[in-house]
Order: sequence, then C-alpha cells, then structure tokens
Amino acid sequence: MKPTEASRRVKLMATCLCDLFFDDAAAATVEVLEHLGCTVEVPDNQTCCGQPAFNAGDWPAARRVARHTARVFAGDQAVVVPSGSCAKMMSHGTLMLFEGSAEPPAPSMTSRAWELCDFIVHGLGVTRWPGTMRANLAWHRSCHSRGTTYGEAAVTLLRSITDLRLVEFGELEQCCGFGGTFAVSFPAISRAVGTLKLDAVMAAEPDGLVSGDMGCLMHLDGLARKRGGRKVPVLHVAQVLRDALRAARTEA
Amino acid sequence: MTGERFDRFAENQSEERRNSVRGGAKASHEARTRAVHSDGLDFDRLRSIAARIKQHTLDHLDAYLQEATAALESRGVKVHFAADAEAACRIVTEILDLRRAKRVVKTKSMVTEEIELGHHLEAQGIECVETDLGEFVVQLAKDRPSHIVKPIIHKNRAEIAATFESHGLGPYDDTPEVITRRAREFLRRKYLTADAAVTGANFVSAQSGRLVLVTNEGNSRFCLAATRCHVAVVGIEKLVPTDRDVGLLLNLLARSATGQRLTVYTEFISGPRGPSQLDGPDEMHLVFLDNGRTDVLASDCRQILRCIRCGACLNVCPVYRQASGHAYRGVYAGPVGAVLSPLLEEPRHRALEKADLPRASTLCGACHEVCPVDIPIEELLLRLRDRGKRAGATSPGTPSMRAWSLIASQPDAWRAALSTGRILEVLPSWLAPAPLRTWRDNHAMPPWRGGAFRRWLERRRSPDGR
Repeated sequence: MKPTEASRRVKLMATCLCDLFFDDAAAATVEVLEHLGCTVEVPDNQTCCGQPAFNAGDWPAARRVARHTARVFAGDQAVVVPSGSCAKMMSHGTLMLFEGSAEPPAPSMTSRAWELCDFIVHGLGVTRWPGTMRANLAWHRSCHSRGTTYGEAAVTLLRSITDLRLVEFGELEQCCGFGGTFAVSFPAISRAVGTLKLDAVMAAEPDGLVSGDMGCLMHLDGLARKRGGRKVPVLHVAQVLRDALRAARTEA
Repeated sequence: MTGERFDRFAENQSEERRNSVRGGAKASHEARTRAVHSDGLDFDRLRSIAARIKQHTLDHLDAYLQEATAALESRGVKVHFAADAEAACRIVTEILDLRRAKRVVKTKSMVTEEIELGHHLEAQGIECVETDLGEFVVQLAKDRPSHIVKPIIHKNRAEIAATFESHGLGPYDDTPEVITRRAREFLRRKYLTADAAVTGANFVSAQSGRLVLVTNEGNSRFCLAATRCHVAVVGIEKLVPTDRDVGLLLNLLARSATGQRLTVYTEFISGPRGPSQLDGPDEMHLVFLDNGRTDVLASDCRQILRCIRCGACLNVCPVYRQASGHAYRGVYAGPVGAVLSPLLEEPRHRALEKADLPRASTLCGACHEVCPVDIPIEELLLRLRDRGKRAGATSPGTPSMRAWSLIASQPDAWRAALSTGRILEVLPSWLAPAPLRTWRDNHAMPPWRGGAFRRWLERRRSPDGR
C-alpha cells in the first residue's frame, strides 16, 4: 500500500489494556504516529475489540462487542492498534465471528485494522527509525505476530535505532503463557510457561524486554514482580520508538 | 482450588515426568527445525502444496475411496468398511477367527489405539503383541501412550528397565543398548510364531492402491515377512490421490516428526505376495475406518483431517510440554488431540467430556506454524470453544463474558467503569471475584490507570495545554 494523504488520517484503537492500565503505551503510540505526520483521531466511544470473549468461547458476547467496535471505527481511515492480538481480532477474528452472517457489521473495518509497526513499515513504507537509544533490549515475538508481518516490521524498526542492540534469548518461538483468560482458568500451566520465558529472558541480561503486546508484558512483569528477585523493565515497542525519538532530539 | 481439571493434572505431575516430556519434546522440535530448513527446502511452499493435496483428497474423498477400493481389489486385497470402532474390531476379529489365529504381531498405529483393537483382541483370547519398542514398553507397563510419535516420551530409561525386570526380561539394566537387545530377542520369537500381522498405514495411494508404512525400527518388515495374513486398519483420511503425492508427504513427515530426511524403513505394500515372492502374507485385508471422520468432514473443522500424525505440534506446544499427553485423556494428545478428540466423540454424543481440551491452549499458534499440512489449529480450537459453549460446556475459573460484553458495548458504562475500576485493586482477597484472585495469586497487579490515557488526550487538546 502506497502512503497517501488519506492514509495519514488514522483512527487509534488504544485497546482496553491501555485504557485500564498502560496509558503510556497508548500515549507513545499517538506521539509516534504524529511524528510520522499522521492526524490521529481517538474515538471516545471505543472500548475493546472483543477478544476476551472470543477466546473464551463466548461468541455471542464477542459479537456484541465487535459490533460496537465496528460502529465506532466505521469510515475509511486506517485503524491503528498498538497490539498484535487486538489488530488480529479486529481483522481475522471479527471475520470469523461473523462468517456466514446475514448482517456482518462494517465489514470494511476488518481490512483497515493495522498493528502499529506493521502500519509504519508496510502501510507508510518507513523502515528506518530516526531515533537513538543506548540499550540492549530483548524482543519478545508475541504469538499473534505468527503468520503476519507484524513481528518482522517491529524488528526492522528496532534494529534501525542508533545504539540499540537486540539481544537474543532461548526458545524465541515459545509463548509467554498468557493467553487471556487462559491465565486464570489454567493458572498452573500459564505460570510455568511464563516462568520459562522469564528465565530465558533474564539469562540474556537485557536492559529491558520489549513486545508489541501489552498482554504478554503484563503477564511476564506481573509474574516477575510477584516472585521477587531480579526484574527487567518491560516496554511496549511504541514506548521504545517514542523514547528513541526524544533521545535523538535531545542529542541534536 | 479454581481452574480446569487439565491444569490440575499438569500441576500434580511429578517434576521428573514433566522434565522428561519437556526435554523430549524440545529435542524433537529442535531436530525438526534443523531438518525443515536444510537441503535447500522451502518449507512454507512445500507445506502449502502438501496441504492442498490433502485438502483436495478430503474434498473428493468419496471418489478417491472408490478408486482406491478398485485398485486394492485388483491387487488381491480384500477391502472392508467400518463405520465405527466396534465394527472395525469385529471385522478384524472375524478375519483372525477364520484363520484360527491365536497370536498377532502389531506395528504402531494411532488408529488401532483409537479403536482399542489390542484390548478387544486380548478379550477374544487373541494375543496381540506390540512390536514398536515404545508401544511394547507401554503394553508391558499397562500404561498409555503419551505422544503420537514417541509413545513413552514421559518415561525415563530407569522406569523402562524396571518394567523389563518385573516382566522377566532380565535383571535390572538401564543401558539403552541392553534394553533394545532384550526387546529384540523377546519380539523375534513372537514374530516367528505369530499367525497374522496388524498394521496401520501412513498413506494409501488411491491410484495404485499402494499402502505406505513408515517405521524406524524395521518391526513392520518383520511383521510382514513372518506372517501369512496382513490386516491393515486405515482411517479414511489417509488417502492421497497418486503415488507421486506420497514423495512430498514422506519428506515432510520424517522431517517434521523426528528431524530425519526419511524414516529408516519405508514400506510400499502392493498387496499379498505374488507367485515370485517367497515371504510375506498370502492374504491381505484393508479395513477403512470412519469412526466419526465423515462427521468431521461435514463440519467447519474439516482441515484437521489433513493431519499426517507427525507430532510436530505436540513438540512445540508450551501447554503439551507442561501437561504431557495423558492430560488429554485420549489417544490423540497435544494441539491436534485438542481438536480431534472432541470432534471424534460427537457421533457418540460425548463431545462435552472433551470440551475442556480446546480451551487448554494459549492460542499461540506455534502448532500451526510447524504443521507440515498447514492446519490452522488455533482457529479450529476457537471454533470448538464456541461449539462447546453452545453445547453447554462450562469452564471453571473463566470469568463470565456476558456481563463484561454488556459494559464493553456501552460506552457510557465503559467510561464509568474506567473511573470506578480501581476498586478491584483494593478489594480484600476474599471479596475479589475468583478469576481476579487467581490472577493475584500468581501476579503482581499492574497499577490501575483507568482513563488516564483519555485525560492525557484532553490535556493536549485544551488550549492552555494543562
């Protein structure tokens, strides 16, 4: 997709997790998009993409929320989401929910929903991030980036930041164990899987753990703080992009 | 204690068993990763072709079954159709009874596990000897397989050595070579005195009627060389259109299952022995088994029938690695089992008993990523969660989504919740709803910031900036 003036008018889906807990990740997303010359509209009536109910198997409840979200994001602008799993829910998941339905809600939303980094790299065609950050960061490839270009887009941007080094850690393909409601209905497995991920990350001794999904980070950070001992700061990729921009401006 | 029974099973396993499963699965996954990215293979392209071959066969299964039957019969194979497990067991027993068979040797086959053929034959007074080393150990120990490819992934060699000792296969010795030699000596005598061989099949070519059977131990070859009657039990989804298709699938199967380029033994069986052949069965039967498969074919989860039983999805699955195969309470474990088991129970109206299995997943999609026939497993798990819920399945520990969806579809209610949600943070433990309590048992709560992003936006919008 070629960047056009129209495609720089975007709507932001902040996600429910950012609305409830991680406001700075949403604010960073706004700043990052504005840096790229985007006009960011944040619809006040937004709530959630419907993913919790979709994953929990309560599809009538999920449809109710997805219908609302499709109404809120009606129009022709790109909908940018700072979360791979929510972006996938607003595209692929919503299509599944209304498969064969006589009245699919605002079908165009499903083709306009973009994960943030995917939008920057593949929507706007920006592959170099003009920022600087002196840090060794571990990149957790969130699972919803599988089969998409989200993960590769984020890594492209992160790698282009001056002085930022991505550190490798073991078993990159493994999930963090969050899985939404899975974490409370299968708590023992969720904790065990998360602990393995944390241990793998800690062994690489990064300055921070970055991901494109606050869900994974909330789970891993919550586990780490509960068990005590060594911790690692967690950062949404939007926060890294914004902080790198600010640092570059300060240096300049 | 909240949470699902599956989760408790995983938690209550011994550390030793969890380590065996996790270590074995991880090793297999790593071998697979190397194998699918070597020899200049374009794995994603190959698997999309393999998926199309299998899906095409399924979409025209009626025609291919007819073609296969004609080809098999022209080669002197007697073809039977079994609607369910009971029918399949009956057909096999009748064949064996006609030959007055008292002992059969058997290769590893998931479908015979599915219909519990071994137990059925034993109940009829026919000794049924498992000749795959792993399955042999399972049989001796009266255990159950816990992995599609590595049935004793949950056992360490000390356990195996103890089982051998208690069954009179020599004094305790856990040297792998000794264990293997003892099994070999024991099984050789069984092959030579068996009346028939029972096998499955990895693929059946509809064009030629050829059966393809892979093993790494050569036990299939002994079974077929030493006996006069061969009975193959084959799920109807094992068909492929032509012999040529087998080449690609064998390549993907071996690499995905064990990280090999090709399994050590690959048998192409074209029927009972011909006049020029000295050894081999002079009577051959093939039992095509439905057992719920046509119902799966008619459902929106039909892609699962592409599965070639490589086990790659088990090996990569973080949940399988923690829970082990027995947590899935059936023949098919791991992600493929979580899809297949409830579906295969549907014709017997017992799907609800397995409705928790599709929930036993983080939906991470690693299974889909490694699948050699590109089955969108996480998508099928989602469909089955919806189907289970509609059929009345409940999930202990999962918060109710109805109340939440009412709030999340009404912006005024949502905004109100943003400002009052902090109360959850300060609720004493005994007052907090169960899911929140479970979360807090394992996690420190993130600080409540309900509405903070919206306030930040407002401040930026206001003319004086603050």
